[in-house]
Amino acid sequence: MSTTTPPLVDYDEAISRFDPVIGIEVHVELGTATKMFDGASTEFGAEPNTQVTPVSLGLPGALPALNGKAVESAIKIGLALNCEIAELCRFARKNYFYPDVPKNFQTSQYDEPIAFDGWIDIELDDGEVVRVEIERAHMEEDAGKNTHVGGATGRIHGAEYSLVDYNRAGIPLVEIVTRPITGVGDRAPEVARAYVQTLRDIFRALDVSEARMERGNVRADVNVSLRATPEAPLGTRTETKNVNSFRSVERAVRHEISRQAGVLDAGRTVTQETRHWHEDTGVTTAGRVKSDAEDYRYFPEPDLVPVAPSREWVEEIRATLPEMPVARRRRLQTEWGYADAEMRDVVNAGAIELIEATVAAGAAPAAARKWWMGELARTAKTEGVELADLPVTPEQIGQLQQLVDAGRVNDKLARQVLAGVLAGEGSPEEVVTARGLEVVSDDGALLAAVDEALAAQPDVVEKIRGGNQGPVGAIIGAVMKATRGQADAGRVREIVLERVQQG
Amino acid sequence: MSTISREEVARLAGLARIDLTESELTRLAGELDVIVDSVAKVSEIATEDVAATSHPLPLTNVFRADVPEEPLPVADALAGAPSAEGGRFAVPQILEED
Amino acid sequence: MATQPSSDLTRRTAAQLSEALRAGEVTSVEVTQAHLDRIAAVDGAVHAFLHVSAEEALATAREVDARRAAGEELHPLAGVPIAVKDVVVTKGLPTTAGSKILEGWVPPYDATLVERLRAAGLPILGKTNMDEFAMGSSTEHSAYGTTHNPWDLDRIPGGSGGGSAAALAAYEAPLAIGTDTGGSIRQPGAVTGTVGVKPTYGGVSRYGLIALASSLDQAGPVTRTVLDSALLHEVIGGHDPRDATSLPEDLPGLVAAARAGQGGDLTGVRVGVVDELNGEGYQPGVRARFEESLELLRRAGAEVVHVSCPHFGHALAAYYLILPSEASSNLAKFDGMRFGLRVEPTEGTVTAERVMAATRGQGFGDEVKRRIILGTYALSAGYYDAYYGSAQKVRTLIQQDFAAAFEQADVLVSPTAPTTAFRLGEKLDDPLAMYLNDVATIPANLAGVPGMSVPNGLSEDGLPVGFQILAPARADDRLYRVGAALETLLEREWGGPLLNRAPELATEGTTR
Ligand SMILES: [Mg+2]
Ligand SMILES: [Zn+2]
Repeated sequence: MSTTTPPLVDYDEAISRFDPVIGIEVHVELGTATKMFDGASTEFGAEPNTQVTPVSLGLPGALPALNGKAVESAIKIGLALNCEIAELCRFARKNYFYPDVPKNFQTSQYDEPIAFDGWIDIELDDGEVVRVEIERAHMEEDAGKNTHVGGATGRIHGAEYSLVDYNRAGIPLVEIVTRPITGVGDRAPEVARAYVQTLRDIFRALDVSEARMERGNVRADVNVSLRATPEAPLGTRTETKNVNSFRSVERAVRHEISRQAGVLDAGRTVTQETRHWHEDTGVTTAGRVKSDAEDYRYFPEPDLVPVAPSREWVEEIRATLPEMPVARRRRLQTEWGYADAEMRDVVNAGAIELIEATVAAGAAPAAARKWWMGELARTAKTEGVELADLPVTPEQIGQLQQLVDAGRVNDKLARQVLAGVLAGEGSPEEVVTARGLEVVSDDGALLAAVDEALAAQPDVVEKIRGGNQGPVGAIIGAVMKATRGQADAGRVREIVLERVQQG
Repeated sequence: MSTISREEVARLAGLARIDLTESELTRLAGELDVIVDSVAKVSEIATEDVAATSHPLPLTNVFRADVPEEPLPVADALAGAPSAEGGRFAVPQILEED
Repeated sequence: MATQPSSDLTRRTAAQLSEALRAGEVTSVEVTQAHLDRIAAVDGAVHAFLHVSAEEALATAREVDARRAAGEELHPLAGVPIAVKDVVVTKGLPTTAGSKILEGWVPPYDATLVERLRAAGLPILGKTNMDEFAMGSSTEHSAYGTTHNPWDLDRIPGGSGGGSAAALAAYEAPLAIGTDTGGSIRQPGAVTGTVGVKPTYGGVSRYGLIALASSLDQAGPVTRTVLDSALLHEVIGGHDPRDATSLPEDLPGLVAAARAGQGGDLTGVRVGVVDELNGEGYQPGVRARFEESLELLRRAGAEVVHVSCPHFGHALAAYYLILPSEASSNLAKFDGMRFGLRVEPTEGTVTAERVMAATRGQGFGDEVKRRIILGTYALSAGYYDAYYGSAQKVRTLIQQDFAAAFEQADVLVSPTAPTTAFRLGEKLDDPLAMYLNDVATIPANLAGVPGMSVPNGLSEDGLPVGFQILAPARADDRLYRVGAALETLLEREWGGPLLNRAPELATEGTTR
């Protein structure tokens, strides 16, 4: 064993001399109402150990009863990933002792996953499409949560101890394992990130999970290995566990490539091990070494009978599958006429559904994008909330845009209307009425205001007469101020110029 | 065919998380050797063409509806715990991370 | 026969008590108290019980009496008390499975079968002794002392359910629950002169049974008569959504089959003698009683044929791979983290890992450790195919043997156990000799088919012998028909139940 850590190799340097191969295991918590094997609720954020039954606590005598909805969700995921669905598959026990695993075995699928041999196309930022092959997707259960309590106050022999909450124990998971992803070269980190992002979108589209990264609904383990050339056999891989944000997935792969290149450059060999990702420092550190001692003694779970999804059931589920996110995105981009960069921003902001509904409510795609990616995005950012959580509906934005299109409000007024809607004052129409925000386009009212402004600024009038149109803005500004913004600015300009010429 | 050494028993005891005394290790190595010898003959008749039976009766597709049930009251859940704190099970420090 | 009324009550069968209760001739409180008194008088010597729940039993009895007095429609067995093997979890009553590792544990929930007993109004007298985690054939592996056979207190009551069988044989309870993974209901039945039934796998919910080997375990009735077993079987049986391996359909007609069998006519019934489960290794008296019983069945109109089950010779080996493998995993949860015993290592750092190992090292007895290590070995990488995998294949072959045999016969029969009760301590140091006790009962567990043991006489040593009946899966009713017929024919010859010939136990303490 070495005592010093070889220096990291610059990423570009590393990638110029090594061919990276990555593999990704994604765990997704299914959004079922109850756990995989018992009726305990899966609601997020409950008090510790308030969502447990004898089954999820692993009490003596308790037996698992399989959640049919979870099986259906697993099949949905398998189909969305273009997998074969097993005609018959069983659960197995993965035996290992750990305090957050109540039975000291995890009920999981081992050599008989419910879905296998699939693929999914992912799209990188520049539009390049990469096909990722899926080895398997299998069902299993989540573990409980340990909270480490440090220091001398510990009750157990005055040492440190842990507190365990089993609310999460038994929450249904589907684990999706890729085949080794080769031939992506320097884009490996980006591919890893885009893959996890694509899966997240698929889970949401399928409505099988809320897929909230920050809650740990989606967790990724990334495997990385390096080899000298694409022709060389696969190198020794490391598995970095529990990388829980898109950005971290990308960073972790990048870091492992630099780190492993350093190890290889130093003439050493990469250790096959699990590694831990440190979000704050952006590095991985060594965890358990995969050794002979790791012997899970898998065997078929005798307490659960095999799952044999009928082909009819599988086809029924297939028929309910929604359009997959990448295909849908391409279709919408074409329909809306957005540039690649525009579409990417929309996707990243999670605004596709919002814009789609806004367009359905009568707004032009460009206008809908302008609202959601402009004013509303700024508001959401200021408020620190997701776009979708703003107190305004796509229908309301559609109505607002229709007011603009009809010339009933100008841009500035429209923003005030929106402020009213966000403040809970009702629909755009109601806000216009209540706040008296309609554009003033009746010439009589405007003439008086213009004359007043001209009279107040004779020097400006002289300049305009002299052929300098620049100061017209000052007059318009005064008129707008006098009409509290409700004047149609275009019409005001026309009247100003008319009056100056006449005068 | 088998020879189960003391070291092998110690390895198995590690996997099974059971502290065994020196005398237990010695005794078990001898006993297991005899038992394994006598049961090992199953592999003679278990030929390739025979399917394995994991469940005595051939049921499939037994599913539960996704409907929540009453949880155990926290007090009941923790009542049998050797140690508990703040609604959670207190366990000794966990050295080996998983 | 005893003359005291309370003693009389303990001699009655559950069916008789049920009738007396319904006729208003006795109350459940009287019946329950009579059994509690009997326990107080003889259990010091027998040690069938690990825990006696007198208060709870009497509370149930009072409630049943009140409901009956109010004219409520009650279950036929309402008010008839019962003993429950300590491997079955009972809310509010200590449950140890005979192990130190669970000392003092009080489950927060009821097993499904216990829910059904409570719903039917059967007062629970207490929890019965057993080999630790049901591993054994003599109840000597209990962490709480052995149970003694009421026929001879120096002998084993069988196992693992020796406590339940002894409670019946000592008239401490009219009914009991047992569990049978390789014979733990039937073999104690045979050596104590009582009736025991292992239902079809999935016929009785396993939810709330502390699992030994999940694919083999099955709970069932322990009684003194075949009819009583049928009555109890119908209470505890039937589908349970909490047990995924539970049969989807009910198996009705058990009581009716027992009553039909009591007529003693077996015309047209084909009885298959399994040649592999007789002969060498079986005590002469056991074989003699078996032959006599066959002759009785013939005279009752049954057609007796001989069948061969060539793979049964490998059943014991397959069983001693499958059971320890599943047990090693099922018993992993006993680690001192969430419930039960926690032992801290005496030196070094106190880590979860070390506490688990220390707890399991001290909390488990020798036989449990032996089987966990064996099972860990059979499942470990590199050995799985040769051991666990091969054993599962043998299981297929045994099922095929049964299928072929049941083409030729409606039921299969054999002696239940190769010998009568041996002396305490006699086989304790020889695990293999101990394992041989279950040679005749194990095939049924491997195949999931139902089996019954009926007392069929005394061997040359004056100790009881059992007759095993096996039926195809889901045909539990056949056990009851043939079992009740044999029981009736034998009792005609004996002039009463076999248990009448058991020696009177010395009583201690006062009875009311
Ligand atoms: Mg994994
Ligand atoms: Zn997993």
